[in-house]
Amino acid sequence: MSNKQSGSHRHADVLVTNPDLPPVAVDPEQAEAEDRRWTPAKIALWVGIALLGGVSWTILAIVRGETVNAIWFVFAAVCTYLIAYRFYSKFIERNLLKPDDRRATPAEYKADGKDYAATDRRVLFGHHFAAIAGAGPLVGPVLAAQMGYLPGTLWIIIGVIFAGAVQDYLVMFFSMRRGGRSLGQMAREELGVIGGTAALVATLTIMIIIVAILALVVVNALGESPWGVFSVSMTIPIALFMGVYLRYLRPGKVTEVSLIGFVLLLLAIIGGGWISETAWGVELFTLDRITIAWGIIIYGFIAAVLPVWLLLAPRDYLSTFMKIGTIVMLAVAIVVTRPEISVPAVTEYATTGAGPVVAGTLFPFLFVTIACGALSGFHALIASGTTPKMIEKERQTRFIGYGGMLMESFVAIMALVAALSIDRGIYFAMNSSAAATGGTIEGAVAFVNGLGLTGVNLTQEALSTMATNVGEESIVSRTGGAPTLAVGIAQIMQGVFGGAGMMAFWYHFAIMFEALFILTAVDAGTRVARFMLQDSIGNFVPRFRDTSWRTGAWICTAIMVAGWGAILIMGVTDPLGGINTLFPLFGIANQLLAAIALAVCMAICAKRGLFKFLWIPALPLAFAAVVTITASFLKIFSPTPAIGYWAQHTAFRNALDAGEESFGTAKTVAAMEAVVRNTFIQGTLSIVFVVLSIIVIATAILATIKAYRQGGGPGAEDAPTASRIFAPAGLVATPAEKDLEAQWSALEPGKRPARSGH
Amino acid sequence: MTVPDVLHRARDTARELAWLFKGVMGENAYQTYLDHYERSHAGGDPMTEREFWRDRTDRQDANPEGRCC
Repeated sequence: MSNKQSGSHRHADVLVTNPDLPPVAVDPEQAEAEDRRWTPAKIALWVGIALLGGVSWTILAIVRGETVNAIWFVFAAVCTYLIAYRFYSKFIERNLLKPDDRRATPAEYKADGKDYAATDRRVLFGHHFAAIAGAGPLVGPVLAAQMGYLPGTLWIIIGVIFAGAVQDYLVMFFSMRRGGRSLGQMAREELGVIGGTAALVATLTIMIIIVAILALVVVNALGESPWGVFSVSMTIPIALFMGVYLRYLRPGKVTEVSLIGFVLLLLAIIGGGWISETAWGVELFTLDRITIAWGIIIYGFIAAVLPVWLLLAPRDYLSTFMKIGTIVMLAVAIVVTRPEISVPAVTEYATTGAGPVVAGTLFPFLFVTIACGALSGFHALIASGTTPKMIEKERQTRFIGYGGMLMESFVAIMALVAALSIDRGIYFAMNSSAAATGGTIEGAVAFVNGLGLTGVNLTQEALSTMATNVGEESIVSRTGGAPTLAVGIAQIMQGVFGGAGMMAFWYHFAIMFEALFILTAVDAGTRVARFMLQDSIGNFVPRFRDTSWRTGAWICTAIMVAGWGAILIMGVTDPLGGINTLFPLFGIANQLLAAIALAVCMAICAKRGLFKFLWIPALPLAFAAVVTITASFLKIFSPTPAIGYWAQHTAFRNALDAGEESFGTAKTVAAMEAVVRNTFIQGTLSIVFVVLSIIVIATAILATIKAYRQGGGPGAEDAPTASRIFAPAGLVATPAEKDLEAQWSALEPGKRPARSGH
Repeated sequence: MTVPDVLHRARDTARELAWLFKGVMGENAYQTYLDHYERSHAGGDPMTEREFWRDRTDRQDANPEGRCC
């Protein structure tokens, strides 16, 4: 017993509780006893969950019927999440992190009522979830659906349990123990100057590529769609209005203004439908992709230099509102409509790697195509910094960090279900690049039927009917995942509300929902990257450190926007199709960031002397490192042009040298030159990513070995301070926690120590 | 359970949900600040609601928060 609790009793002398106050933590022995007491009802409950999960997995993985019902995905996911949360995250808590509720969190010992403010765990869960969930978990699973439903489902669920949620939980906990320090600062402290600098440069480059590819998804969703262009561009005046309303008319009325914004948003979607039926509307709002890309680049620059209150803050409220509302609505709709899915469990693309959506075999490309939802390095940037400054009690990190990521994984599963529920022929017609389909209905039908997929017989009528139903001119080669998901959501939602007549509304509602997230991520990403760049340049030119210096801010914003803007334009004009060549870079970048975060966590665990349980971060780190380094090497060295950037580069350059005037899908010399240029940039980026990550992982391994030799190392945690507040750890308070809550609420208000709460 | 009991409980649940939703949207921030201010017994007057929200967005200008993909 004493050994088990060494973690929580290490600072026994400092953490004396105030004798006049009730205890600030549940007695560890009592908590342990509660955990270990298996009443018959509890046993029955967990046996039931395990059985339901087992049956669901059997139906998904083993039973081979004509179709499989979507409800089994929901059951398999939810039951597995519950078991993982109850047992694995608890295992990590007990053996690796050993949180101590007698220790004050930064929200308590640094409390300022603003950035550092203890926040109710359920509210903070919502905040954290809204910050981590974006378009990523919605897009990746859609693209990976070409390999069949099983690989994606398995990776999303198993990946989140052993990798994604572990990363989020560990990073959040360690950042909390360090006063809410960012991942970059922790990397520098734990890995030294070389590792820290490599981590910083990697993060900056990765942010550029991620913003660029997210923007590409929006461009592809809005290209040649007057309805979409109108309704999404209306979000800008709506957000400006909300910003002015909150600043001057009714400050602080966040819910009220979000409701008003939401109603205006619905009007914008309905208005878009009317406009797309008028001749002038079509003429005005039908924009080609290059124009839209330039629009987003200009918008991104302006949004990043404007004050936050005017555009970014109100858009963030709107996006949070839509996020929570739509995700709940979609979950309900999937349970109510229970669509039948006719996609095979595993398709031949998993082994041949010849999939038209994204090239490459299951290993490693499935694991980079689905990044968010299973393992997302970007989360490490959110889980360090903002959220840890608001955590009330240490033990709540399990619910917020691990639990929050499980929730995002569930969003990914729903996106996968939505994508799987649409007709396979239509799926491939939408997701094959224009280079393959020619962008026409005839071309798409010929291409998709020529793929030789069993059970797929696409007709021109099916494509044109679907396009009319969703209110678009055409749905051929609408790559990027967002339009496919929107069709899937529209199909599911019309089964609950409105029927086929409402499909166009739901399609554009879904497009709006995704575009909102992405545009918020674009301005927030540009802003964050700008500050990182200013800080880095500040090492050489100190004046850049001053973030209120207008010229410096504009220069750094322009550099960041130019960075992602160039990649965006490259993707839009790419003769090979854009998304299918660029998306792997997005996944690789995201997973490499995860490897960096896990490497930092592993070094921290080693310095704490926890070698016996080092496999908890080391296992996902090894997997992420192997997957992304293999994927990067394939992208760099593969001789297959569809996979290797340099192979493609050489093939096109040789063709140019040989004086050919068209090659593959590039029909002109200019297009061939574009391919040579694009593959050069993509190939160079791959090399940069992989080199930086290898440096970071190597420095982390060195730090771990050094700590092992010394039996631990100096920790960089803040000094422990005794806590003076109490709150339950999980979603529902346990009996012991309820007892303490009652004792605390019986205290006279004047005697309660300073804290903030609801 | 009688009908008034059920209504009572439904109202409580609705209130809880509204509180939770407002919390997630960030609407409770000013109240949090006031509570903190009152309990930390700091001298002087706290910021007014308008000043608080201005200060909040101005601080966000200097410390941007990331939004995930």
